[in-house]
Amino acid sequence: MTVIINDEGLSTPEKEITYERADTLNKATCALDISADQDLNALSDYLETLTLIRIEFASFADGRGFSLARILRLMGFSGHLRAYGHVISDQYAMARRSGFDDVEVSKALATRQPEAEWLFRSNWSAHDYQTRLRKSA
Amino acid sequence: MYKYNDFDHAFVTSRNAQFREQVNRRISGALSEDEFKPLRLMNGLYLQLHAYMLRVAIPYGTLNSAQMRQLAMIADRWDKGYGHFTTRQNIQFNWTKLQDVPDILDALAEVEMHAIQTSGNTIRNVTADHFAGAAADEIVDPRIYAELIRQWSTDHPEFQFLPRKFKVAVTGAKQDRAVIHAHDIGLQIIEQNCILGMRVIIGGGLGRTPMIGKVIREFVAMDDILPYLESVVSVWNLLGRRDNKYKARIKITIHENGIDEFSRLVDERFALIRPSFQGFDQTLLSEFSDAFIAPKFQRFDLSAFDARYQGDPNFRSWVDTNITAHKQADYAIATISLKSHGETPGDASSAQMRRIADLAETYSYDELRISHEQNIVMPHVQKAHLPDVYDALRAIGLATGNIGLISDIIACPGMDYCALATARSIPIAQNIATHFDALKLEHDIGPLKIKISGCINACGHHHVGHIGILGLDRAGIENYQIMLGGDGTETPAIGERTGPGFGADEVIPAIERLIHFYLNERLAPSETFLECYRRLGLGPFKTALYETEQSKARANAA
Repeated sequence: MTVIINDEGLSTPEKEITYERADTLNKATCALDISADQDLNALSDYLETLTLIRIEFASFADGRGFSLARILRLMGFSGHLRAYGHVISDQYAMARRSGFDDVEVSKALATRQPEAEWLFRSNWSAHDYQTRLRKSA
Repeated sequence: MYKYNDFDHAFVTSRNAQFREQVNRRISGALSEDEFKPLRLMNGLYLQLHAYMLRVAIPYGTLNSAQMRQLAMIADRWDKGYGHFTTRQNIQFNWTKLQDVPDILDALAEVEMHAIQTSGNTIRNVTADHFAGAAADEIVDPRIYAELIRQWSTDHPEFQFLPRKFKVAVTGAKQDRAVIHAHDIGLQIIEQNCILGMRVIIGGGLGRTPMIGKVIREFVAMDDILPYLESVVSVWNLLGRRDNKYKARIKITIHENGIDEFSRLVDERFALIRPSFQGFDQTLLSEFSDAFIAPKFQRFDLSAFDARYQGDPNFRSWVDTNITAHKQADYAIATISLKSHGETPGDASSAQMRRIADLAETYSYDELRISHEQNIVMPHVQKAHLPDVYDALRAIGLATGNIGLISDIIACPGMDYCALATARSIPIAQNIATHFDALKLEHDIGPLKIKISGCINACGHHHVGHIGILGLDRAGIENYQIMLGGDGTETPAIGERTGPGFGADEVIPAIERLIHFYLNERLAPSETFLECYRRLGLGPFKTALYETEQSKARANAA
């Protein structure tokens, strides 16, 4: 069982989603699961037809997923981006700023880090040097 | 100096509130120690041998008197009355308690300081030439750009969990006082066709695999610099090794992939990233230029200075050794040595910090710098005031005239404080300093950089010391390897290993043999130790180093 976290708080996924892996990716694929070592150039032909990409965090200490999300956004992916696995509430703002829409964690992790701790970081768009430096002159 | 705006204040306040929560959640168990560790590290908090150590950022080494006084207050209230200035222009408090740290961070915020990204696998506090804004050989003040890089790297969402730490240094001068060839990225501000930009050097570093950085781009225009840096770190974040922390630094990534391939990947990423920067970074740059504008310099009557210089040999010696030419006539850059013979390199007591703060306020336009060589710089002193400054420093034991000499040693904290160390560094530094001071040879020997590390992680920069000393553990006994010919300036070199190491009590005689050999062999007193070494090479120095009374006797007997 997993829990989805977004700016509103915690919720359980309404329906079972079938994720495909990159090796079976085709134009009919809607939801894709990728790991942190995925070559993003291999996805470039499918970014318009995919509606959901879930990036796996095997360990919270491995920050590759944040750069992958950012690059996918810069490559033009406008569908749903989900961070999945060992992500902690302290990383929620990083995930949102990097381009993720939400985070999916195990029930056990969500029990240890309850909703209030995630909501504490839901003001991710405030105090953000990056957005400030990038805006127009 | 740069002043926080509302945005900076609000950011640091919210960050401190987050850390206070994180400490509470660690205590409650909501955060595991594994999860808490990177969070405390990215807020500057280490667990050392005896206690928590808090490393406070002094961005590009610049601070004012109010900030220095607050550091003194923190040392008194939450530590043991002193602080330790480091080779990356930070200050460390060695004896803090976890539950006090949120309050210390709030006290720092009162004077526009923080401890963000002074540790952890993040982009670390950016360093710069400690003579910035005062040096004669400077194109432009590098702190303008260092501040931009500080803001860009602070809390960067992609780069808080990098493969390993990432260090950036900036200089705006021809002479490299910021060791830019030994950083993950070293930046030299240059001008090309009347446009300001940067030469980008990448993949330098010391540690267990020392490497001199390579030029990845001869010129990146200033409006491209943030997207270019972001491209470099983004490529490394995905490509850098995470299977072995000793192979995770960017120097290894570049070594394994080749600089050409790495550069190609950076260019590809740059094409994606560049359009997302729409120009406000350049607007900020013009604000920062105003913040770092030079004081209004004047001309002064120097007759009192001249008289004291002629009449007082102690003062003259201090001036000749610790004063660097300022870009403006009648001004001087005064370096306060934190290497009094026999003291711990880089340590300052709270009383000394307060007195230095007073001196900065009275005599140096309220500005101080921390150098990577662990000394304190008063960047803009009127020459006419030097006698007063000297007298005031003498009264607090800080008028040692040894800048750039054999006792101006960089030493890491070593086994006296550090959990990683394999040998002590501080006592070796203290002994070398007192020994050559007693021999009264220091000024005769001339410019000489000794750097000491207490383990292979090389925090004491021993690879770039003219004489580098590395303390190791050999079956429970401290053993010191000696390296020669290292250089951390614009003519960079990694020192060469001489051979078997020496016991703690054999280090001083070994250094003395090297020094006597140099004094005998130099062509003239103007030929420095490093020049002499470069002329003669390792061979003869090595012979001198290992030529003891016993080996001579054996040679005679044979």
